[in-house]
Amino acid sequence: MKAHESARTTVLGRELHRTLRGLRPVTAGGESCAVGAPAPSARLTSAGRGRDDRSMRDYALLGPQYLSPNLRDGLVGLGIRGPLVAVTAGWQEREGEIDELRAHVELPVRDLGLYARTEQVYADDPPLAAAARERQERLQELQELYRLRLASLMGALAELGARSAASRAVRHARRAALGDVRRLDRQHLAATASEHERFARRWPAAERPSLAAHVAALSHAIEGADAILVAGGHVAVLLNRLRLFGMAELIGAKPIVAWSAGAMALSERVVLFHDRPPQGAAHAEVLEAGLGLVRGIVALPHAHARLTLDEPARVSEFARRFAPAQCLALEHGSLVRWRGGRLAEARDVERLSRGGQPLELPT
Amino acid sequence: MNHALNELIAQQPLDGAALDAFILAHDIPLVDRDGVTFLYRGEADAVFLRLFIAGLPAAQPLERVAGSNLWVLRFELPPGSRFEYKFEVVRGASNEWITDPMNPNKAADPFGANSVCQGFGYLPPEWSLPDGAARAGSLDEFALDSRHLGRRHVRLYLPARFRRNRRYPLLVLHDGTDYVRYAQLKSVLDNLIHRLEIPPLIAALTDSPDRLHEYVGFDAHADFLVEDLLPGVAARVPLEGDAATRCAMGASLGGVASLHAAWRHPGSFGRLLLQSGSFAFTDIGENKRGPVFEPVVRFMNAFRANPGRPAGRVYVSCGIYESLIYENRSLVPLLQKQRLQVRYEEARDGHNWQNWRDRLRAGLTYLFPGPLWMVYE
Repeated sequence: MKAHESARTTVLGRELHRTLRGLRPVTAGGESCAVGAPAPSARLTSAGRGRDDRSMRDYALLGPQYLSPNLRDGLVGLGIRGPLVAVTAGWQEREGEIDELRAHVELPVRDLGLYARTEQVYADDPPLAAAARERQERLQELQELYRLRLASLMGALAELGARSAASRAVRHARRAALGDVRRLDRQHLAATASEHERFARRWPAAERPSLAAHVAALSHAIEGADAILVAGGHVAVLLNRLRLFGMAELIGAKPIVAWSAGAMALSERVVLFHDRPPQGAAHAEVLEAGLGLVRGIVALPHAHARLTLDEPARVSEFARRFAPAQCLALEHGSLVRWRGGRLAEARDVERLSRGGQPLELPT
Repeated sequence: MNHALNELIAQQPLDGAALDAFILAHDIPLVDRDGVTFLYRGEADAVFLRLFIAGLPAAQPLERVAGSNLWVLRFELPPGSRFEYKFEVVRGASNEWITDPMNPNKAADPFGANSVCQGFGYLPPEWSLPDGAARAGSLDEFALDSRHLGRRHVRLYLPARFRRNRRYPLLVLHDGTDYVRYAQLKSVLDNLIHRLEIPPLIAALTDSPDRLHEYVGFDAHADFLVEDLLPGVAARVPLEGDAATRCAMGASLGGVASLHAAWRHPGSFGRLLLQSGSFAFTDIGENKRGPVFEPVVRFMNAFRANPGRPAGRVYVSCGIYESLIYENRSLVPLLQKQRLQVRYEEARDGHNWQNWRDRLRAGLTYLFPGPLWMVYE
């Protein structure tokens, strides 16, 4: 057997072994949880709330819902009988148009109206609105600068990928180049997190009357619900609204069912991706940290339409870039569910493997 | 030439049944990596291929295969090419232009239908075909009483999931009805919006009862677009306010009218989409394109002398088989010198609606990038 084939067999062997052991949502610290094993504890999400029963939260992540919804399956699997509250802020001006959603789940659903509430808060509190606008401008600048540096690093990675891997030097250079990209991703995450932390310190919700009133109303609405639904849509808009109202705190340990951008926003790291955009570079990029309510995964809705999953080198690079998190392809009909902190079900979900293949998660 | 056809032709006399079987078994014209072979069957005194490819003769004779009614012509064609053609069949004093009876692939335009030759490797873009999964927008007509041109009927394309509490970019089209009919504009907009490649936008589709007069640098038409149409549309649907969210577009003379309106009213259109624009000019000497082009040349000469900054970002496309390729290429450095962002694209295609259809994705996504990276529904 040739050396490179042997190496590839070893990688595939490891992938197979990992798959047979089941899904391992891996924390940033490298912990893992197989099916049936307890999930790692959630870290502190903000002051005042520590290691609590959130690590045992029930949640389900789904793919797109507009063609063949399976949201009801997600709720049934979690034993949710309603009532529900929904976050549809990612739909922007269509927020709250949930008649179809209600008909599908056959449970009472109340939309929390985060998009409209944000408009109201900013209208009531112009200094807060101005500060939020300035923060958005700084975040946009950070994203542009990150993208500029990323393009150069990804260019180097592509060039190294095109070379024969026969030489040890090339293999080493490839690993180092991927390490450079990972380092840049981490730097960008830290820079954006720092912006948000600065904003939270400077503008505490408790000191802004309009915002505090909405937070109290949301808290009350969530208390009366059996579960939270988080719909997809514009992921930055959604994340911004979830963050403004401190939804990570308000949701507490309530069960969550989220799909598409909703799944992305709840994860630890939001990754934007498209391999065939009509204009511009096709480099996946980190937006910023998500709420971190769902650990150890990178959510990739519409992965089959957006990514070239039939190119092993590209899949492998994607998986290794975001490891140890598992990159999960969430398509129509996908469902991955944790219950009591354990992975309980995976249906039509693939994870991108280091070996370069999308591998079906064991059910 | 196709090997099997060569063998058939080499037989004397020609085996009619074998030829029938050959034609049934092949797509006509015969296309291979190096070129194309045209076939015509029928009694005639002469048969010509009539085409409009700059650099090639407008009429090329087909050769009769001895002892038969089969006529053949082959020429080289670069891969990915596409052009339109007709046969001219001469019988005695009769001279008839017809589409290729053996080629089912036809393109319609306001002047009728042409046969289409698709060179090796050409594929119609899948994003231009109706997609059942894409949410459909709507087309509604309204009457607009213009101070400059009298009553005009304008069709408005509203994107799927249109909401009055949202503001939209605006695309203003010349020859709007033809864009829908011959360039599948509605399917293209539906698909690109659904795929998040362009944002949901509104398109105002205008038509002219006399485009040879109104689209040639006619001030009243430019004033109609800016002073009547823009406020008329804004009164009906919520539009974004910035010029960068307004685009004028058109093909051929429609490209001239778009550029003219943006030049005459700077700040009105921040975006221009110009396809095979008839940008005739004279650096020296006289216009040789005929009297219709006199006003075009006057406008283009004035524009070239003092281009100003008609828009911020411009997409220009032209087929390399068009006689207008020189004029379109000449426009690009002129615009770039004025610090406009310019994307220029050429294709192995002619002056026709399928060429303009095939470039819509590149043009629209350049001028109006969609929320592809941010929206995951």
